Amino acid sequence: MTSTPIPAAAPRAWQLLRQIGNTGVTLLVTFLGLLAVTFFISRIVPTDPVMSILGERATAAQIADTRAKLGLDEPMLKQFGIYVANTLQGDLGTSIRTREPVLQEVLERFPATLELATLATILGVLFGVPAGVIAAAKPGSLFDQTVRLVGLMGYSMPIFWLGLMGLLLFYGHLGWVGGPGRLDPVYQMALDFEMTQYTGMIMLDTALNGNWDAFANAFSHIILPSGLLAYISMAYIARMTRSFMMNELGQEYITTARVKGMPERRVIWVHALKNVMVPLITVIALSYAGLLEGAVLTETIFAWPGLGSYITDALLVADMPAVLGGTIVVGVAYIGLNMLSDLLYRLVDPRARV
Amino acid sequence: MLFEPTLRRVGAVAIAALMLGTAPAALFAETPADTLVIASAIDDIVSLDPHEAYEFSGLDVVNNAYDGLVEINPETLALEPGLAESWSVAEDGMTYTFKMKAGLTFSSGNPVRAEDAAFSLQRAVKLNKTPAFILNQFGWSIENVDTMITGAGDTLTIKVDKPYAPTFLYNCLTAGVASIVDAEVVKANEVVTDGVGDMANEWLKTNSAGTGAYILKSFKPNEGYVLEARPGYWRGDAKIAKVFMQHVPEAATERLQLEKGDIDIARTLTPVDVDGMRANADVTIQEDVGGQVYYLAFNQKNENYKNAKFLDAMRWAIDYQGMADTIMKGAAVPHQAFLPKGYLGALDDLPYALDVEKAKALLAESGIAAPKIKLSVRNAADRMDVAQSIQNTFGQVGIEVELSVGEGADQLKEYRARLHDATLQTWGPDYPDPNTNSSTFAENPDNSDAANNTGYLAWRNAYDPGEMTAASKAAVLEQDPAKRVEMYAALQIKHRETSPFILMFQQARQTGVRANVKGFYTGGAVDAVAYWLVTK
Repeated sequence: MTSTPIPAAAPRAWQLLRQIGNTGVTLLVTFLGLLAVTFFISRIVPTDPVMSILGERATAAQIADTRAKLGLDEPMLKQFGIYVANTLQGDLGTSIRTREPVLQEVLERFPATLELATLATILGVLFGVPAGVIAAAKPGSLFDQTVRLVGLMGYSMPIFWLGLMGLLLFYGHLGWVGGPGRLDPVYQMALDFEMTQYTGMIMLDTALNGNWDAFANAFSHIILPSGLLAYISMAYIARMTRSFMMNELGQEYITTARVKGMPERRVIWVHALKNVMVPLITVIALSYAGLLEGAVLTETIFAWPGLGSYITDALLVADMPAVLGGTIVVGVAYIGLNMLSDLLYRLVDPRARV
Repeated sequence: MLFEPTLRRVGAVAIAALMLGTAPAALFAETPADTLVIASAIDDIVSLDPHEAYEFSGLDVVNNAYDGLVEINPETLALEPGLAESWSVAEDGMTYTFKMKAGLTFSSGNPVRAEDAAFSLQRAVKLNKTPAFILNQFGWSIENVDTMITGAGDTLTIKVDKPYAPTFLYNCLTAGVASIVDAEVVKANEVVTDGVGDMANEWLKTNSAGTGAYILKSFKPNEGYVLEARPGYWRGDAKIAKVFMQHVPEAATERLQLEKGDIDIARTLTPVDVDGMRANADVTIQEDVGGQVYYLAFNQKNENYKNAKFLDAMRWAIDYQGMADTIMKGAAVPHQAFLPKGYLGALDDLPYALDVEKAKALLAESGIAAPKIKLSVRNAADRMDVAQSIQNTFGQVGIEVELSVGEGADQLKEYRARLHDATLQTWGPDYPDPNTNSSTFAENPDNSDAANNTGYLAWRNAYDPGEMTAASKAAVLEQDPAKRVEMYAALQIKHRETSPFILMFQQARQTGVRANVKGFYTGGAVDAVAYWLVTK
């Protein structure tokens, strides 16, 4: 009996296609779910967007007219259908308050948040992962206790208070960092009138323009708010790293490695750490996504024109298209980061490639 | 082993970067000498088109980039000629002739003509944005404004539909919506969509085309704006070349920036921050009034609130001065009439004060036993504190107050539907003429539910002011300015003695200013900020 060998490439290609298809469907369903949740929540909140637009002096006729213009008198499902169709075409609607396209406004605000969150996450990972690893390697040591205490403080201290105290100390008294806002006025004006704004991320833009004074000024402004967020992020990452590593260091292969006489540093930093990378990537991605959502209070205290303060300001005046638009961008960032961590799993864990 | 050397390198880079980053911060602690740096919460700005702007922060920009035919002197707050040199009114009181000043130019260099003035007022009416109603009061509409307002050569002719008090027109012409724009520039920047032109509304949201001391160089919502002085301003060149406004929503942050010298002026400080800075020699606190008034209103659908003695008892059961001292702490001052200080005909006497015994006696005379009030109050800290103080002093008199706390928009909805029992509210005037408050507090042409006259505060409280409606309407037609002042004074006295409104406070402004900054005028209750007089 003979059998025709199946070419190996065909099932692999088929598998890949199926995976892409599955991911696509999952993404679409998640996205539609996100749209549904944000839309219906926005419709059941008791604030009235019409009153927000027209204010105290509006007449009954103006109210009815505006309600019709906004489509608020249509059946709920029809409103949702229109909303989904528009969103899929990249139209997030018009802000009720400013009457500008929401997409444009969100895209203007997002780089500020992205810059802040990215720097905070980098700092959080740089300090959080090693701290968690060392604490797990020496449980009960002074270092371990310190990491846990610092972590607990990061968790429990209100960021509003921490932010103000940070400003008071590092900006007010010591003068080590720049104040609120993204740049000093003189550099802000230089950025506005003399430089090309490629990305909306000021550190990148000033660097691309070769204006290193402005770059340094931007760094002096971002370091405190991002350091503050990094602290919170670090507390979370260090705690989770410690917990993953503690678990990993109890595994039999670790004992085997030690018995074989492998140096302890190699056991911890190469073998054990490599094996906690998968859950750690999830933790880091979640923490990053949390920061992208906009650290509202941090943005308020530091006068940082990011997405968090945009959504909050919009919420306060019942500007629902703006709230929805901002939320969708955050949701998309979450979905994107999830996909990115899936990809990273494949890089760090050969089993995930099968 | 894998991470440690890398970490060391990263650490070194981080420290180097930190040092690099912090050096300029120390170098640039002072604001540039030619730039006025201001921090304020400016998230109220919707548009900087002068014919659309209607929020405090937006009108500040408009006041510095544009002028009207008639202006308010920033120092004295008196009316003075603006782009018009002189004016006269015909005997019938319905046709005004303005003679334009010669030799004035817009920031573009174009000359200011009567045609520009006519175009501007017509544009404001045709654009029909929120503040257009200020001009529409004179009988102007999209259909007739081209014939009611005409300009040729150096003469602008304005017709109105009734013989209004001339001061009513002049006061309204000082509002931002009556700003004169450069017709040529506006026409050149018009965007036509589906055959409909936007009259450069979009362009003017981030650009300016006026005669003012400053040109709008940039505006980013919720970030800030930059104004640049233009040479040859008709009132004298601005002393400061640039104005940089930074949106800072948090008052404590503003205070920190001001004390550090990173900003010259902080505009949205809380009384706590102001108190904390009084001892700082580098900072002065400038105090003046704003236009908002705080009041209690009682819905006369509840018959108790038609009882004059009961209303009087409540007027004597409020600790006006105590609340101003302990709760408002400089954010408001006692004020007991519907026209804010600074307005034509405003009263600044304070006939009422807390007198528990007198209030008790009046309550007894009223014949209302153990009254209960449900007071609606929005969930803001200062409002809640005021409401609690009222609850306390009313309680001493024997009036039980139940507080109904809610979100501002919901409370407003309830108020407009006449569903409240009593409410604690504020009201800000729409334009710098007494009619703005008189018409809403003291007029109610139809008190029926069906009328749905939500624009009248009197209607919202089911209050029929009787002959006051006619008296208020007569005051807006009074040709003699002195007599007009007397009429508003009489109206306010009658209103505060008989209406179900209790006026309590007028908004006060506390601005933190660096000691080297002089000549910062906020415009008081009637106007917006003037940057062009500031020196540092």
